[in-house]
Amino acid sequence: MFKKILFSVLVGAFVLSAGCSSTGDTKGDDGAAVEDRSSGSTATDDASSTGLPSAGTFQGDPLDNPASPLSTRTIYFEYDSSEISQEFQNIILAHGQYLGGHQGVSITLEGHTDERGSREYNIGLGERRAQAVRRLLLFQGAADQQVQVVSYGEENPAQEGHDEQSYSRNRRVEILYKR
Amino acid sequence: MFKKALLLMCCIMSQPALAVLDIEISGGVVGDHPIAIVPFAWDVKSRAGLEDVSKVLATDLKRSGRFELIPEKKFLEFPHHGDEVDFQNWRSLGAESLVVGRVRPGSNGQYLIEFQLFDIFKRAQAQDAGPVEVEYKVKQIIGYSLSSTRQDLRRTAHHMSDLIYEALTGEKGIFTTRIAYVTATSKGKQKKYQLRIADMDGQKPFTVLKSSQPIMSPAWSPDARKLAYVSFEKKKSQVYVQDVLTGTRQLIASYKGVNSAPAWSPDGNKLALTLSRAGNLEIYTLDLTSRLLKRMTRNSAIDTEAAWSPDGKSIVFVSDRSGRPQVYRMPANGGRAERMTFQGKYNARPSFSPDGKSMALVHGTSRGYYIAIMDIASGVINVVSDGRLDESPSFAPNGSLVLYATSGARRGILSAVSADGKVKQRLVLQQGDVREPAWAPFRK
Repeated sequence: MFKKILFSVLVGAFVLSAGCSSTGDTKGDDGAAVEDRSSGSTATDDASSTGLPSAGTFQGDPLDNPASPLSTRTIYFEYDSSEISQEFQNIILAHGQYLGGHQGVSITLEGHTDERGSREYNIGLGERRAQAVRRLLLFQGAADQQVQVVSYGEENPAQEGHDEQSYSRNRRVEILYKR
Repeated sequence: MFKKALLLMCCIMSQPALAVLDIEISGGVVGDHPIAIVPFAWDVKSRAGLEDVSKVLATDLKRSGRFELIPEKKFLEFPHHGDEVDFQNWRSLGAESLVVGRVRPGSNGQYLIEFQLFDIFKRAQAQDAGPVEVEYKVKQIIGYSLSSTRQDLRRTAHHMSDLIYEALTGEKGIFTTRIAYVTATSKGKQKKYQLRIADMDGQKPFTVLKSSQPIMSPAWSPDARKLAYVSFEKKKSQVYVQDVLTGTRQLIASYKGVNSAPAWSPDGNKLALTLSRAGNLEIYTLDLTSRLLKRMTRNSAIDTEAAWSPDGKSIVFVSDRSGRPQVYRMPANGGRAERMTFQGKYNARPSFSPDGKSMALVHGTSRGYYIAIMDIASGVINVVSDGRLDESPSFAPNGSLVLYATSGARRGILSAVSADGKVKQRLVLQQGDVREPAWAPFRK
């Protein structure tokens, strides 16, 4: 029942090299109490149908180009897995390169899971997913301080519902640009 | 395996406010101790708005799963004092115990509740061996006169339940204990999360924290005065400890990454935490006085959901170092971890029984996630819930019930099951989800 997805060579190598990237303790920076987060996280609902970028006709920031892979801001995962499929590796590659070329831009990666299983374990799973995306971004040239990670576990589902269709939408990492 | 029981009856408590958890008792099996509780006499001017103490008492005892309540309509008399009781009447109904009582005005506007608990059956049996002359020297087991304010009538009734329960079972009653839980309601896209504390029957709730961001994993300090919890109010996980009475709180952990899964040491001096400050989820202990943080695990797997054994000697936690989440145990001062769970592919969120002999777990199978109780000595795991999305088990402080979160019709509800799986009750919020229950210890 648990589908194993093969690791691509790229991701495999990367997970091995990742190790512990320990940094000092940082306190939560924004004191802004309790606000609604619905704005940033909507991104795209249907990542899998996003087309390839059309060749350089778009004027302006590629982040705003709906045809760019950068417009895909949600990475989806299999059940209890943090492996990144080939499809999403290309998306993350584009984000990594963009961040590498725009050192002033930073992002938050939100790791999420479906509702099954224990809440705290799911915090771990969400963290693992977000870290897997982060490592790939750093590998593509993003700098450590550009990429924040937060795991919400099962606490913030994208779609309410107790079926596999909802679950598949909820097992995700959201890439949130701070601009 | 637990047999799915039909919904038998529904006890709706008074004050059906939206915020209150309503209780539905289900389960085909009732306790084996027949008891009769005679509605108390009220020698007061008006009963309007006054809590029906004998009704609260009856509901409490029924919920415990240890008693069979003899229905009122069978009663042959309605005495309010021991002197008025014809014990033959009660013996004929099969009652082993009888509670009678009355409420009358006390001093300073208070109410005086007098009640007596009688043991009928055992003494009568002893008589059976003797001559035929039937003389029921019925024994009064306890008798109290309690003074209560109008507002405290319900609490006083719970206190009476504790006294009766303990007198009859030898086990401490839990009717004056409390539970903490998290509610989630949504208005359009806006979510509202509340950390609340209520009496164990879901009544008298009050909110200790409100946020538009998720709240998780409330954990009671051993003296039942503080709650540790995880809050996302700063858009990241942080652990706080809040004084329940004063409302003041302290930020305990806000390191980079995950700050989660707080668990108190039995002496209340330390918290076990899950932190990812070193790049991966690991168990730490934090000395709350010296603020010394000690790393307890070193493993590339997810290590989380620590729980201290009641003797304080070991810490159990969940790790997927074997590939799937399972429960491990290590010495509380650090050392090698050994795997404890081998039955099933998914075992998580361990919670000790007060005697330390068993653990409640989230037990995953191909059909779903259930609450199971594991006998620690044998390693045998017994499923006690119906699934399929059950989580966050928490023992009552006397070990008799396990409270957990489950999914009702389209939303989260709480459920309590007797440790033997026989009696079940649901605590249902009338709007929104209720989740993450934590049963408070006895107050010291």
